[in-house]
Amino acid sequence: MTEKLVVIGAGMASGRVIEHLIEADPDAYDITLFNAEPRGNYNRIMLSPVLSGDKTYADIVTHDDAWYAAHGVTCRFGEHVVRIDREAKLVEGQNGPVPYDKLIIATGSAPFIIPVPGKDLPGVITYRDLDDTNAMIEAAGKGGKAVVIGGGLLGLEAAAGLSERGMDVTVLHLMGHLMERQLDEAAGYLLRKDLEGRGITIRTQASTKAILGEDRAEAVLLESGETLGADLVVMAVGIRPETRLATDAGLEVARGIEVNAQMQSLTDPDIYAVGECVEFDGHLFGLVAPLYDQARVLARSLLGEPDAFVVRDTATKLKVTGCDLFSAGDFAEGEGREDIVLRDPARGIYKRLVIEDDRLVGAVMYGDTADGNWFFGLIKDETGIEEMRETLIFGPAFQGEGAADPLSAVAALPPEAEICGCNGICKGTIVQAIEGGAADLGAIRAQTKASASCGTCTGLVEQLLQVTLGDEFQMPTAQPVCGCTDLCHEDVRRLIKSRELKSQPAVWQELGWKTPNGCHVCRPAVNFYLLADWPLEHQDDPQSRFVNERKHANIQKDGTFSVVPRMWGGITNPRELRAIADAAEKYDVPTVKVTGGQRIDLLGVKGEDLPAIWADLNRAGLVSGHAYSKGLRTVKTCVGTDHCRFGTQDSTGLGIRLEQILWGSWTPHKVKLAVSGCPRNCAEATCKDVGIVCVDSGYQVGVGGAAGMDVKETERLADVATEQEAIDVTVAFVQLYRENARYLDRPYKWLAKVGLDWVRARVADPGERARLIEAFELSQSIYRKDPWAEHAKKADRFRPLADLTLEAAE
Amino acid sequence: MSWIDIGHIDEVPLHGARIVKTRAGCIALFRTAEAEVFAAADACPHKGGPLSEGIVHGQSVTCPLHNWVFDLNTGQAQGEDGRIATYPLRLEEGRILLDGAALDKRRAA
Repeated sequence: MTEKLVVIGAGMASGRVIEHLIEADPDAYDITLFNAEPRGNYNRIMLSPVLSGDKTYADIVTHDDAWYAAHGVTCRFGEHVVRIDREAKLVEGQNGPVPYDKLIIATGSAPFIIPVPGKDLPGVITYRDLDDTNAMIEAAGKGGKAVVIGGGLLGLEAAAGLSERGMDVTVLHLMGHLMERQLDEAAGYLLRKDLEGRGITIRTQASTKAILGEDRAEAVLLESGETLGADLVVMAVGIRPETRLATDAGLEVARGIEVNAQMQSLTDPDIYAVGECVEFDGHLFGLVAPLYDQARVLARSLLGEPDAFVVRDTATKLKVTGCDLFSAGDFAEGEGREDIVLRDPARGIYKRLVIEDDRLVGAVMYGDTADGNWFFGLIKDETGIEEMRETLIFGPAFQGEGAADPLSAVAALPPEAEICGCNGICKGTIVQAIEGGAADLGAIRAQTKASASCGTCTGLVEQLLQVTLGDEFQMPTAQPVCGCTDLCHEDVRRLIKSRELKSQPAVWQELGWKTPNGCHVCRPAVNFYLLADWPLEHQDDPQSRFVNERKHANIQKDGTFSVVPRMWGGITNPRELRAIADAAEKYDVPTVKVTGGQRIDLLGVKGEDLPAIWADLNRAGLVSGHAYSKGLRTVKTCVGTDHCRFGTQDSTGLGIRLEQILWGSWTPHKVKLAVSGCPRNCAEATCKDVGIVCVDSGYQVGVGGAAGMDVKETERLADVATEQEAIDVTVAFVQLYRENARYLDRPYKWLAKVGLDWVRARVADPGERARLIEAFELSQSIYRKDPWAEHAKKADRFRPLADLTLEAAE
Repeated sequence: MSWIDIGHIDEVPLHGARIVKTRAGCIALFRTAEAEVFAAADACPHKGGPLSEGIVHGQSVTCPLHNWVFDLNTGQAQGEDGRIATYPLRLEEGRILLDGAALDKRRAA
């Protein structure tokens, strides 16, 4: 007897069910197929090639009209199903009801629309079906700007396709790196780099606030307040199971329609569900492999044959030409796991395997995914890997290769890459000199001047010698930054500049870091180098900072903190003093101390009180004194011509102006300044990092003083006539120090390495001085702001995440 | 086991930490990766430094006071004779769950 089967939704899963049924027993069911789209089943996975223009709709059709006709499937395409009447066993379409004996719900998924103003404007589209794809192709025909919201699989495929079609594309992604569910940071970084290489702009940690426009989408407004022009906005933030019909019909629905292992609704045994609308054992499904498994099981269940659906691991690949990535299994969660990491920066390759109990549980690969399926097999089969562990990461064809060459970063530089910034010498010139007979550092310095000035590129030049000469060159041993890398600080700095590395994952990957994300020694250094060299591109990472800089307060031995408000040039007034006194009383501050830098220190403040005391001080106009930072600390002054009978210049005013220009800037180590109004030097300027002594004829600017573990008098950087020149020379010096010194070297230590003459020449050169000042100003456009005010807004982050002490005792 | 919902994973900064107050002192939650969190005692056995203020790297944390490094899987200090207690933790759809029974055991101990 032929039973009536109604199928709602003509997608890849239900299409496969119908194929199985017809193949096994063409007469078992009389099939009616509803589809809201005005067409039958096509290969949805291939929409990306259609978008990019590599394929057409005709290429990706799975079942055409002739196929449905030949197999006697009644098609109701372009018709929405209004409701399911379970009592009468009827499916009501817009054009009339159809009775069923068995029903399959295959309504798939709906795109998730983020609830922001403007989401319904014309020009805002999702990326789900052929109509969406055609709408994007049409929009791309007009050119202009596209903003894709969502940096997951779907969003990136849309972005690549639109870019291919000539649009200027920006991807906005809420998380810190692309495809964070499938990729770790390092692989996410490589993917980003590849996409940026094709001209796509990627913005991570970008939260959309609204879509702006009068009659249609014109721009996207970010939470940060920034606006991005957009002729087309594609929303691809995710999907959710489409379950409305099932819910209305009273079927059990959690996130998806709940089914048993035979794909049967838990509520009604005559109703089945398959595909993305299904929830089984707490799992949802989005990739095609499990959907095809479901389709097989469902077809067999309808034919009365035993089978059961089992959830398996799935692997992900991105369908963007030229981006070779693979991810499978679980590479993030859980304790007791170990990583095996292989990085080959020269070839842009990254592989990471995650092992637990001698089994491979996860794999992420970028750049070379040839072994992906082999690793995927090991994960699925839970193969014991104990014996091949040492060589596992090299794949099935391993023949005893060594680890990545630590010199490969230098070897990979193109000939035109600049090695010596002082003298503008590129790699090609140096290699030529080596090949022409220069066999050591001295010879290269004599012939090319490379590394002959400030010397910070010495390590790189030595590595070039080694790469070019091989074993003939004996490498002097430089102290590496830490156990995470073989490179020394100077080389890391130089490579960050020359290879334009603008994020921490970029440094870890391109410079072959041996750990997943550094350690407490290298992370603060790398974070500083990045923000000093790429102030606009690199986002300061608080988690790569020592606690004092992260908390914007100095931690004390008992875990409390000290709070020091800024007093510009050491000048204060009754209103500020009252606010400080009030705060000290209100927060029970046990110790109030006057510091050596002409500030007032409140010691013993509890961590969770910090945002509140800052907010109180802010209200009185007081800002952070940065008494905790590797940055500008204090500018100490004397009263100068304002009051003193010996004063020659306005030392107080100059100190205040310097502090207002320099405050908030990060430096390799702390920087303290002083300005004295006459050579009697009451502000003790001659033992500071920068100390200015005013004289009748102008200003003596000294640098490199110290009064700590070492005591050292400043050396004269310049004598200048005007206050503006004194400011310019100071700013240029601080910026030169920021650009070149090794992390945690105070200026006097850095000067001992590079020599005062070199620094003097740079600061004296008018062009270089202007460049330094401009670079400093650019950086300060980001960092010249009060961190207390910013942090006071995020007060909840300073409190415990949860308090379990309040629970009733059992 | 009795799992207590502590909060959402996004309330703990990536490569950072937050603390949970309990009757027997603070427990620190360390977020080592996008979807990986460990729970361990907040106090360093050396001089009591707050580990939740340390730098989180790989699956380890460095104490902010004297740079002792602890493996968060085992609680063992690297190259030092010291260990911190670690606690079972589960992640479910982004929610962080701690085992109440294990916390109670700590209180009794």
